[in-house]
Parts: sequence; structure tokens; C-alpha cells
Amino acid sequence: MKKKAIIEKTAKIIFMICAVIAIFAVCSITLYMFMKGAPTFQKVGVSELLFGTKWAPTAKEPSYGILYIILSSVVGTFASVLIGVPIGLLTAVFLSEIAGKHLGSVVRGAVELLAAIPSVIYGLIGMMVLNPWMYQLEKSVFGSNSSHKFTGGANMLSAIIVLAIMILPTVISVSTSSLKAVPDNLRSASLALGATKMQTIFQVVIPAAKSGILTGVVLGIGRALGEAMAINMVAGGAVNIPLPFNSVRTLTTQIVSEMGYAQGLHRQVLFSVGLVLYIFIMIVNFILLKARKKGVGE
Amino acid sequence: MTKSRQIKDRLTAFFIYLCSAFSVCLLVGIICYVFIKGFKTVNWTFLTSVTSVLKGTVGIAGNIVNTLIIIFITMIIATPIGIGSAIFLNEYAKPGKLVTTIEYATETLSGIPSIIFGLFGMMFFGEKLGLGYSILTGSLTLILMVLPLITRNTQEALKTVPNSYRSGAISLGSGKWHMIRTILIPSAMPGIITGVILAVGRIVGESAALLFTAGSAKLLPKGIEGLLQKPMQSGGTLTIQMYLSATSEGDFDTAFGIAVVLLIIVLIINLSTKVLTGHFDVSRKD
Repeated sequence: MKKKAIIEKTAKIIFMICAVIAIFAVCSITLYMFMKGAPTFQKVGVSELLFGTKWAPTAKEPSYGILYIILSSVVGTFASVLIGVPIGLLTAVFLSEIAGKHLGSVVRGAVELLAAIPSVIYGLIGMMVLNPWMYQLEKSVFGSNSSHKFTGGANMLSAIIVLAIMILPTVISVSTSSLKAVPDNLRSASLALGATKMQTIFQVVIPAAKSGILTGVVLGIGRALGEAMAINMVAGGAVNIPLPFNSVRTLTTQIVSEMGYAQGLHRQVLFSVGLVLYIFIMIVNFILLKARKKGVGE
Repeated sequence: MTKSRQIKDRLTAFFIYLCSAFSVCLLVGIICYVFIKGFKTVNWTFLTSVTSVLKGTVGIAGNIVNTLIIIFITMIIATPIGIGSAIFLNEYAKPGKLVTTIEYATETLSGIPSIIFGLFGMMFFGEKLGLGYSILTGSLTLILMVLPLITRNTQEALKTVPNSYRSGAISLGSGKWHMIRTILIPSAMPGIITGVILAVGRIVGESAALLFTAGSAKLLPKGIEGLLQKPMQSGGTLTIQMYLSATSEGDFDTAFGIAVVLLIIVLIINLSTKVLTGHFDVSRKD
């Protein structure tokens, strides 16, 4: 009998240790990001680092301004959300309100597979297909402008399009489940009052599913902010103002492309770039947590 | 219904269909493009040899082996921890501060981008623990990344096990541990396996977290001894090799060849989770 009690106790403790590992992991990641990323703010100077526009880490008088890098991440993320969310929301409307069983399962299957495709494949296709298209567009826009630095199509626009595509599955699956959770009597009441199906969808169902859809949008923002490899392959490699036809670096691609060879202070600044990204992600996570709580409360 | 309303509705419906068609066309386009571009590269030699200038061969055998070793080490550690964590959350813990914190931590972990995991892995496992650029560093990093996936899927599966199973076993005199081992885990098995397969898929597709942890070596280990030493050495996975082929090496044939292999793996994984979840619970989504 005593042996059994010991086994029970041990099992409980082991399970608890397993569960606590997640807390431990988050704490140590946070700690390390701050430990490695924060000291540089003092060395370089907060305003010089965050608001400096010149990135020249290997120059004789090195300069570590990451303002354009931060802006590129922010602009890229918001622009891709602006494109991805309407497409995703309409697809979600199709899946939950319109599609029959067969057509619905085809679209749903496609969306699930899109979510599973590795980001390097998106990057590769972006390089081979999207960049040449963008180059054509660039030539027709800046054809006679000699002051424009041609990027061969590896620019902000390509990055935005690839990001918009990559956040689609997230937006679609979260929005679809929140639209499906809207009770049917709301739909029936609206239809009975004489509203058309489209009016019902856009004025009754979508507003009712608002908080769930917002969760999807926030998740999409997080995904777009954190995407590294695909963007690194399509966005070119120079630190620039985030204009559509400029080659840009985002927070993530900055780390990917320079961590391999960076030394000394340059390397430490890259950790600070990581810290800035981490803080952005933590803000997104916090908003998500609030949104979820509110969703449960309703 | 007024005429303008009718036109408006038609137009909206058109856009809805257009957007839905977009995802399907995109997927078909990606698959066709990759297969057309990469099909001629993929053959037996490509899969079983290593790229070598001396022998004049182009192959990804080393990367396949590295990928398999990383999957093996990651899953053999992450699976028990993930399942254990889910069991604690569902079966032992009473609602309160601890559970909220663990669930919040799990949620946070799943929201952290892979490049941050890569940075942390490089700093902590690679430099602090002195493991350097090695498959072990990569695997330890990936464990943290796939843990939430396994925990959440196991939790969902445990939730679908009816409470009568639990009370039945307990009232027959079974201890809690015995009940978990013989009743709960077998009943939740399809969900657990789904989580494991999804985690494997995540590892196969991962690149940013591995670039600065596992490195990019592509040689095949020599013999059993080499295989046993491999975890301590650098090793690039399929995705890493594909990234390098497409960027610094400029070898697009190899890149598309690897893309074909990756897509086939993704398709198999997707299909098997579909079969499993179909068997298990139709209403459940990832």
C-alpha cells in the first residue's frame, strides 16, 4: 500500500515538472534576450540606436541606427495585414456561410496545406516568380528615372505580398471558427426581417464574430512580424526607408543575414535587434491574451 | 429587393468566391511550379549521395540523415514532456495561479518567432553550455518550439475522454497513475499522435531556428560510430540546405529538388493527420 502511494506521488511530481518547463523556458528566453540585448542600448545610446538612420556596422566609424529596420518591419507587417485580412475574411465567410460540403472541404484542405508549406519554399517561389514580376513593374514605373536604385524586384512590395500570403491560413482558420460559433438564430432573425443573405453576413454575422476575427488578425500580425527566411529571400539586402520599390531589411532578416559573420559590438547590436523584435512580439501576445479573455467573458 | 441591392449582393458574392478561389489556385500553382521545376532533379542518386565536386555528384543524403536525427532527438525528448505537461494541466492541477501561468507560458512559447528561438538556442545551448553549432543544439532549441504543439493537442485529446472513464477506473480501485497509464493515454492516443505528427512537420519545415544552432554541414556520417557522434557535430537539414542552395550557392536545381522532397513530406504529414483526426473526432480543428 505504501509503495503505491509513493508511485502516485512520484507520478504527480514528474508531471508537474514537465508542465513547469514551459514557464522555465519562457523565463529563460526573456532573461537571455534582455541580458544580451539590453547592454548595447547603453553602449551605443538609446536614441542613436533606435532613431539612428545609418546602418554601417563594418565602417571605420561604425554607426548602428536601426530606425529604418524597425520601420520596415512595422510597415511590412501592417501592409501585409491590410491585404491579407480582407482576402482571409472573405474566404472565411465562404467557408462558414456559403460553401457546400464538397467545395468547402476543397478550400479548407487547400488552406491547411498552405499553412504547412515551409517558409523557405515561399521564399524560393517569391525569388523565382514574384521578383521578376516586380522588376517588370519597377522598370515601367522608374524606366526613365536615373536616380532610382534598381533592385531587380527584390523589394518591399515582394516582401509584403509574400507576407500577406503567409498570414492567410492563420486569418482564415481563426475567422472561420469564430464565424461558425455565431448562433444560428441571429441569422434566422435577420433573414426573417427581410435582410438579404449578404446583408445578414456583413451586418449581423461578422459583427457578432468580431472578437474572434480580431484574434485572427493579431495572430496574423505576430506571424508577419516574426517571419524571417522567406522575407530574407525576397526583400533584397540593403537597409533603406521602407518605400515600395526599395530593397529593405526587417528586424528578422537583419539577424538572419548578418549573424553569421558579425563580431564584437556589431554582434551585440544584432542581439538588440532581436530584443526589439521580442518586445514587439510580447506586446502582440499580451493583446492576444486580453482579446482571448474578453472573448471568454462574452 | 431593389435592383441596386441585387447588384451589390451579386458583386459581394463574386468577391467572396474570388478570394476563396485564390487560396486554391495559389496552392495548386505552388505545387505545380515546384514539381515542374524540381522533378528532373529528383532521382535515386540525388536522394542517396552527397554533393561532391570530386565525384561530380549532387545529392542530399547527408541533409536527409541530419533531418532524421534532429527529428528523432527532438521528439524523443519533447513528446514525453509535452504529454506529461498536458496530463498535469488536465488531470492533476486545480484551477488557479499555477495553471494560468503554465497555460500562459505555453501560449507565449507558441507565439515566439523561430528566429528568436534560434538566437536563444545559439546563446544558451551553443555558447553557454558549449555545444557549439551542433545537431544537439538544434534539437534542444526545437524542443522548446514544438512543446506547445504537443501539449495543446494532448490536452484537447484528454478533454474528449469522457469523465465516466475516469470515475469508473477509480471506483474499481485503480490508482490515478494506473488509470492514466491504462485508460487515459490509450483513449487519447489518436490526438497525441496527431500532435506528434504536426510537430514533426514543424521540424521538417523549420529553418530560421536551425541556421545558427545546427549549422549547415552536409556530409554523411561514416558508419555506426560516425552516426553516434553526429549529434555533437554540425548538420544542416533539408530546409537549411535549400536556403543555402537558393541564396549563397545559387544552385536552383538543387533548391527545387529539395523543395519537391519537402512538399512530398508535407503532403504525407497533412494526409496522415487528416486520416487520424477523421477517425477520432470530426469537429476538432488544429
